[in-house]
Amino acid sequence: MASKTSFPKLLSLLAAAAVTVLTAGSAFAQGTLRIGMTASDIPLTTGQTDQGGEGMRFMGYTVYDALINWDLSKSDKPSVLVPGLATSWAVDAADKTKWTFKLREGVKFHDGSEFTADAVVWNLDKLLKKDAPQFDPRQSAQGLSRIPAVASYKTAGKYAVEIITKTPDATLPYQIAWVMMSSPAQWEKLGKSWDAFAKTPSGTGPWKLTAFVPRERAELSPNSAYWDKARVPKLDKMVLLPLPEPNARVAALRSGQVDWIEAPAPDAVPSLKQAGLQIVTNAYPHNWTWHLSRAEGSPWNDVRVRKAANLAIDRMALKELLGGLMIPAEGFMPPGNQWFGNPTFKVKYDLAEAKKLMKEAGYGPDKPLKTKALISPSGSGQMLPLPMNEFVQQSLAEIGIQIDFEVVEWNQLINIWRAGAKSESARGGTSINFTYFIQDPFTGFIRHLQCNLVAPNGTNWGHYCDPKMDKLFDQVRNTFDAATQDKVLQKVHEKYVDEALFLMVTHDVNARAMSQKVKGFVQAQNWFQDFSPITMVK
Amino acid sequence: MLIYTLKRLLYVLPVAFGVSVVCFLLVHITPGDPLTAVMPIDASAEQQAAMRAAYGFDKPLPVQYVIWLGKVMIGDLGTSIASGRAVLTEVSRAVSNTLILSAVATAIGFFFGCLFGFVAGYYRGSPVDRLASALSVLGVSVPHYWLGMVLVIIFSVQLNWLPATGAGPGGSADWAWNWDHIRHLILPAITMSVIPMGVIARTIRALVAEILSQEFIQALAAKGMTDRGIFRHVVKNTAPTALAVMGLQLGYLLGGSILIETVFSWPGTGFLLNAAIFQRDLPLLQGTILVLAMFFVLLNLLVDVLQTALDPRIQRS
Repeated sequence: MASKTSFPKLLSLLAAAAVTVLTAGSAFAQGTLRIGMTASDIPLTTGQTDQGGEGMRFMGYTVYDALINWDLSKSDKPSVLVPGLATSWAVDAADKTKWTFKLREGVKFHDGSEFTADAVVWNLDKLLKKDAPQFDPRQSAQGLSRIPAVASYKTAGKYAVEIITKTPDATLPYQIAWVMMSSPAQWEKLGKSWDAFAKTPSGTGPWKLTAFVPRERAELSPNSAYWDKARVPKLDKMVLLPLPEPNARVAALRSGQVDWIEAPAPDAVPSLKQAGLQIVTNAYPHNWTWHLSRAEGSPWNDVRVRKAANLAIDRMALKELLGGLMIPAEGFMPPGNQWFGNPTFKVKYDLAEAKKLMKEAGYGPDKPLKTKALISPSGSGQMLPLPMNEFVQQSLAEIGIQIDFEVVEWNQLINIWRAGAKSESARGGTSINFTYFIQDPFTGFIRHLQCNLVAPNGTNWGHYCDPKMDKLFDQVRNTFDAATQDKVLQKVHEKYVDEALFLMVTHDVNARAMSQKVKGFVQAQNWFQDFSPITMVK
Repeated sequence: MLIYTLKRLLYVLPVAFGVSVVCFLLVHITPGDPLTAVMPIDASAEQQAAMRAAYGFDKPLPVQYVIWLGKVMIGDLGTSIASGRAVLTEVSRAVSNTLILSAVATAIGFFFGCLFGFVAGYYRGSPVDRLASALSVLGVSVPHYWLGMVLVIIFSVQLNWLPATGAGPGGSADWAWNWDHIRHLILPAITMSVIPMGVIARTIRALVAEILSQEFIQALAAKGMTDRGIFRHVVKNTAPTALAVMGLQLGYLLGGSILIETVFSWPGTGFLLNAAIFQRDLPLLQGTILVLAMFFVLLNLLVDVLQTALDPRIQRS
């Protein structure tokens, strides 16, 4: 009897609880956008962020500006550099190592102090000058390798800065776009402490950090006095939540705890679409390739083998495997990239041609090519490395290339990538599956193949060295007109593809899933994004 | 009693030393470079070497251990490589969050574990016993990770009753025992409670069954003691073992189930350990493991002392 009367009571309690939960859920302001990031912590808030591209996306270009920013306003074409805190920049006609940056006047940091040339020098010192009081090892660790060309710098008036490069280097503007400008006045006010600055940072960016719980959440509010009125945020607030576990991100979105998640797992996409959520994708400078060893004895030294491997992969079938979340490679850069050019070798699926090339190279069913590839089971930007690499393995087996995998953990793979193909840590591997940012000439091209960037000087993993390629890289660095430089970069890319210097497989599409309430987002073809035009509908 | 407690305290010292050696060495055995977390992937060898020296990773392992232990002795667990924050601050915040979660989970587990255990033990062989035993076996066997996700799918995604992640609307920094926060606690606490529930239930069932078959129970019944009185004797006899099991379970839970805290993004020690492992954040990893191991050691000490207070025969043995 007692159980019969308690059941309705239980139901009414549950109903009351549900009403309370729903009421609590709707208490969020309509103008608040809550984002579930893939990072496990809030990126470093002091200026030069950590956590890779995601860190700069959410805590770099939101709270801060660089002298030169990326144009993030368009989705239909690759991003280009645009004036940020510098209104113009130019290299000296007589001395190609001397650059002058004219600064934007009237810009204020969030703390009200003025942005001047002194602040630029102060910020470069924070990264480069070890005996400067504001030198910050943590920011330096992030920023130092981004500006390798910078030799010295000084003010040239209140609103102008002069930067001298070690050698003529036309890629300097891309490097400068990495350097975020923190407020010297705020740092002074907080007792010259970067730890204190991290809690109440001050930049010049469109967003201000207003609340911060390490590892849990960060709240950003609009900077209504932002210098670029077109980019003053329309939202009331943006909340960033670290949700590193992919299923937790999906659950948070589907239960309405967040409005937007980064990188939904491909197998969750159909259910998210079915639940009425938006899946937003676009091309961006990301690359999923196999780097090939060019050390003595590597089978990849034969261009016919490299081309055959590139022709053996059915990229459309791979796309199906990934639920459509990839762009099949047609070259090293994504199709439509400003540096794509017009390569003569077409990266496509042509099994007959691939087998023919293998036969010409001396391999066949009775004489297969056996070699080893280094892969990781997971990792930042690696997409779904195990099934994808198994797909590539099976594809290559069809033309007589038998691949043995050496599976190592992602952090270890990074170390092997740094150590190079000739290193013992490569364990005899002649290829490595590695993914990365290819947004500027250095990260996109030069670092992979310049002769003097083999380990330990850089990340030319395969020990490739071709004087003709080096000459092209020199031209890139010595061509100061942007349009002409693009033409040289196209030649570089054509050589990359025509000689099949990598196993070019796919590009990620920067997928994010969001509620239908999120309006106005324009997904730029870039690792960074602009959150200013976004609104939340009721 | 005092001498016994002091003796047990003395035993803690070599255990603590052993724990410190093991937790220091364990994190250094794992492959990977701690600097990977803090430097761009194409940082030059020179920059890496400078950073390695700055963190003292260029010194021989025994030297690193002595320096680390010296700092630990004065309460300095070092600085997290990835976040730049003091490890002690990071661990304290995470431990307080895990304490909330594990205390609630233990309470749920202990209550239902005792309930199922006593019922099953008292009615051994009956359908009630089989049902209670099945529930406790299920509790021990069901994978946490799976159960957590199923609960999220039902109560967060489908019914939208409870939140799927986090520790409250403003994060754990403004934790309060109100509904806005407690609703974040319910699903992870229930998920976390099933193993202690199962373990305690099975232990108590076996104990109750054994005690009920002992002669002194028959003697008490023969002397005319009521069922209630006999039950009180059974409870008193099971209490030391139940306490020991609960202490151990609380110790395990304080370690923060990595899987549960990751599934629910609960900012406790498991979530912290997960981040530290993936980022190769050695100081954070060492500090967190050390603190958790010491918790475990101290909990065992506390349980031993409590057991002795409840059952003086333990002291004599």
